[in-house]
Amino acid sequence: MPGQSVGVVQSQRAHFDQALTLRSGGVLPAFDLVYETYGTLNAAKSNAILVCHALSGHHHVAGHYADAPENIGWWDNIVGPGRPLDTDRYFIVGLNNLGGCHGSTGPSSINPATGKPWGADFPIIAVSDWVEAQALLADRLGIDAWAAVIGGSLGGMQALRWTISQPQRVRNAIIIASAPKLSAQNIAFNDVARQAILTDPDFHGGNYYEHNTRPVRGLRLARMLGHITYLSDDQMGEKFGRELRNGSFGFDFDVEFEVESYLRYQGDKFAGYFDANTYLLMTKALDYFDPARLDGGDLTKALGRTDANTGFLIASFTTDWRFTPARSREIVAALLANKRRVSYAEIDLNFGHDSFLMEDAHYHGIVDAFLRNITL
Amino acid sequence: MTHTLGRPDFDVIAGWIQPGHRVLDLGCGDGTLLKHLIETRGVQGVGVEIADANVLAAIRNGIDVVQGNLERGLDVFADQAFDHVVLSRTLQTVRHTEGILREMLRVGREAVVSFPNFAYWKNLRSVLDGRMPVSEDLPYQWYDSPNVRFFTLLDFEALCQQMGLVVRERRVLDEQGNPVESNDEKDLNFLGSLAVFRLTQPA
Repeated sequence: MPGQSVGVVQSQRAHFDQALTLRSGGVLPAFDLVYETYGTLNAAKSNAILVCHALSGHHHVAGHYADAPENIGWWDNIVGPGRPLDTDRYFIVGLNNLGGCHGSTGPSSINPATGKPWGADFPIIAVSDWVEAQALLADRLGIDAWAAVIGGSLGGMQALRWTISQPQRVRNAIIIASAPKLSAQNIAFNDVARQAILTDPDFHGGNYYEHNTRPVRGLRLARMLGHITYLSDDQMGEKFGRELRNGSFGFDFDVEFEVESYLRYQGDKFAGYFDANTYLLMTKALDYFDPARLDGGDLTKALGRTDANTGFLIASFTTDWRFTPARSREIVAALLANKRRVSYAEIDLNFGHDSFLMEDAHYHGIVDAFLRNITL
Repeated sequence: MTHTLGRPDFDVIAGWIQPGHRVLDLGCGDGTLLKHLIETRGVQGVGVEIADANVLAAIRNGIDVVQGNLERGLDVFADQAFDHVVLSRTLQTVRHTEGILREMLRVGREAVVSFPNFAYWKNLRSVLDGRMPVSEDLPYQWYDSPNVRFFTLLDFEALCQQMGLVVRERRVLDEQGNPVESNDEKDLNFLGSLAVFRLTQPA
């Protein structure tokens, strides 16, 4: 791997003693955001990059903790000295979004009105709410405008939302493996995942915390389903094929095929630490995301609200069938129609939607080349 | 005569483009032409490129580039979004010749096309000698050539006429990049190694 890791990192917490009215009409009377930063903010405060996380991500983007060296950030391979998000040049900020389950205010946090976890009462969060909260964190850090906002998948949607909601505060946006809105098929997958959670007897209408239980079965199924959609058929074929764990058919319903074993393992692992209510909120944020909606579905009109000086890098992956290259090209076309500065790379990587997390010389080279041309 | 970046057709193309114009360069490579046009003529430029290495190089050069396959059209670009759409030394590599010419004039006011002339006398002599031509403007061996369409200056003019396209200007260059001039079309076809055309739709 070229470049180096950022090494030991620490997370921080920002408390916001102010009410935040959300897109859904709900109100958070106060909230916390946990975040991490890597690199040094320059005197002009012009070198900050915001990393937005996807469905299951969080603030621990890169490096590891002193007391937990095995806990490496989810996008460590792209952040560090000499890496595309070069900490010798940039000040990188990652945070856990509102509604999350890694320390920022979310459904498992205590609702000050009741003294109990928010649970089912936690308001529905939209991508635009995240951007608003991220902007408040930028204020707190003294950052007027990001040199770049970057994200993959749902993270890319936040980057796109930034350019529309806060056009003056984002000088570049890097939107990877994303889409301007979900398709019916995307929403359908999300709903099956939600149904798995909502119908789990341990869900208790979202208030499982007070029953000292968790809807582990539903969350596990949701993750297994999601995981299938993040991979490519070819990759699964190469990785697992029809391999049997014991070499022959067992003629029962135990784990037999390697792919079953893998998915169950991934499901169990995820259900062991992730919060089901957060999963529900994240999938709804995905479903509702549609920045062109208020412009009658006209994405070109919506992206006309972006700043003429904002630069865009859009990237997609050939094997991503969840957010196909065609979805990225919709964004590219709408930006071009507005005469915005945009580059688009269609990257041939075999890992499906998950490609955006992978380390690949060409993919990282594209991000690196784009970021090196930003004037600080 | 020295030429910009070693490409005589670039000088001709640059001469046709006004400062501040919007230029789309199809098959832009590493963005050399666009960078030159941006630096010397203050144009706003976008490139289209299929090859990964070139997309990377163009972005590294600070050029806005859209990765895509010309054979599939220019659907990310709106009608008449550009003043000039450039296709330099690439038409002979495109299978859908008429399709790309129509697309160029859909997204741009004007199409600028340069291509190697297969009827250039050295190319003809090479074939008469029994070998496929390899030259300054046709630098490939037959087995590694990206070229899929083999045509001459006169062939191209005939196609433009058939498609109802207007040739606004034309330059014919020899292998050194010097202009070739003659009143005889057949002479031009024989003496020119590279042709550069400026096309529009009829008024």
